[in-house]
Order: sequence, then C-alpha cells, then structure tokens
Amino acid sequence: MNSSVTVRFFASIAEATGVTKMTAMACDTADLMTVLAEHLSDDAVQAINQDNVRIAVNQSMIDGVTPLANGDEVAFLPPITGG
Amino acid sequence: MHREVLIAEADFNQNDVVTTIRKRNPTGIGGLVTFTGLVREHNMVTGDASRVATLTLEHYPGMTEASIDRIIDHAEGRWPLLEVQVIHRVGQLCPSDQIVLVAVASAHRAAAFAAAEFIMDCLKTEAVFWKKEHTHLGEHWVQSTDTDEQRRERWSQS
Repeated sequence: MNSSVTVRFFASIAEATGVTKMTAMACDTADLMTVLAEHLSDDAVQAINQDNVRIAVNQSMIDGVTPLANGDEVAFLPPITGG
Repeated sequence: MHREVLIAEADFNQNDVVTTIRKRNPTGIGGLVTFTGLVREHNMVTGDASRVATLTLEHYPGMTEASIDRIIDHAEGRWPLLEVQVIHRVGQLCPSDQIVLVAVASAHRAAAFAAAEFIMDCLKTEAVFWKKEHTHLGEHWVQSTDTDEQRRERWSQS
C-alpha cells in the first residue's frame, strides 16, 4: 500500500531538483525512485541516482530497499563535507 | 558528563563558553581545551588562483546534531571527560569568520587535549555538513580531503 512521505533534498541535489522538500506517495524506497523519476527533471533524476548519494529514512541511513510508512521522511544526501 | 551541541548561524564567543563550563564544574576541572576553527581564504583544490570569497554551510537539522552526538559518545568512551561543547555555524561565512568551536573539560590535560583533537578530526569527516565555496572563478561543493580522512584514521589505529 502506498504511503505519503516527505522527501527532502540537500546541497548539490537540492540545486538539481530545484526544491528542498516535496511530498510523494510510495510503498518503499525503490518505488519512490520510480515515482520521483516521473516527476523530476532528467538532471535531478541523475543527481539522486549517483552512486555516492546516501538515502536516510527518518534521519537514519539505509542500505537497500526499505518499506515506507505514512509520515516518513526520506532524505537524499550527497557526500558530506564534514565540519 | 555534560554536553552541548549547537548548530547556529550566529557567531559565538569562546569566553562565554569557557565561563559557562567553569561555573558548571566549579572544582573538578584540571584542563579545559578550546579549539576555534576559522574560515580560510585559500581554496584547498586550486590554491591561490581562486581565493574563497564566501563559504556557505548547509546542514540537516536533527541528523547533523545526532552525528555530532555520536562523535562525543565515542570521545566519552575513550577519555574521562567532565564536559564537551561543540558549536558549529551554518549559513554564509567569510574568510576569518569563526566556524567551529570545540571545548573539552577534564580533570587532566592529556584527556582534554586528546579528546578535543579527536572530536575535531571526527567532525571533519563524519559530521553531516555540506560546504560550498564561492570564488571569483565560480562556486563548487567541497569534497572531504584525503588529509582529513587520514587524520580521522589515526584514531582507529591507536
């Protein structure tokens, strides 16, 4: 079943998407990628699909496909620079 | 151990932090180490040719604080500490601006020195920040450097 999630973009990825936040309906993170591919520009899709981009769900890094629940926050994080 | 982590656009005053730490720990502190990081003018990648005009720092509220908390957890597990304070600025900064403060208090100076350096080395590689340099030649997102990684790696070996 689809869940309503908040999607957040940071730094270089936010520049590519043109927004820092959006909402989307998806059942898991793989489904979310498909949904985003339909809504974002080619440049933005390329930006979020880069190998070095990490995904966090509710502020915890994930590896692999993760189920999503209503109200979850999914963030796309380019490589961090550190402090 | 008392700890404070603050992410803010506003500048900070090191003396205020020192005063607060001394008041909270009136008798036990033998060493209080403070490190202040400033924005450097010279671009690390291209050197002198493109001086940094401004630096913009972005963070992920909540996750950034949690990443710093984990670093402090590790420091607390390694050294006997009385207090740790980390202040990190975000937003737009100029060369010579203060960007980060690490303050560590311990009964003994060796622990305070080591923990302050450890926390700073970890901040450079593990804290969730993104930096963008603006120069007269253009702007670019900064990558973390091998030197930073090597400094962090030293602590895994010892």
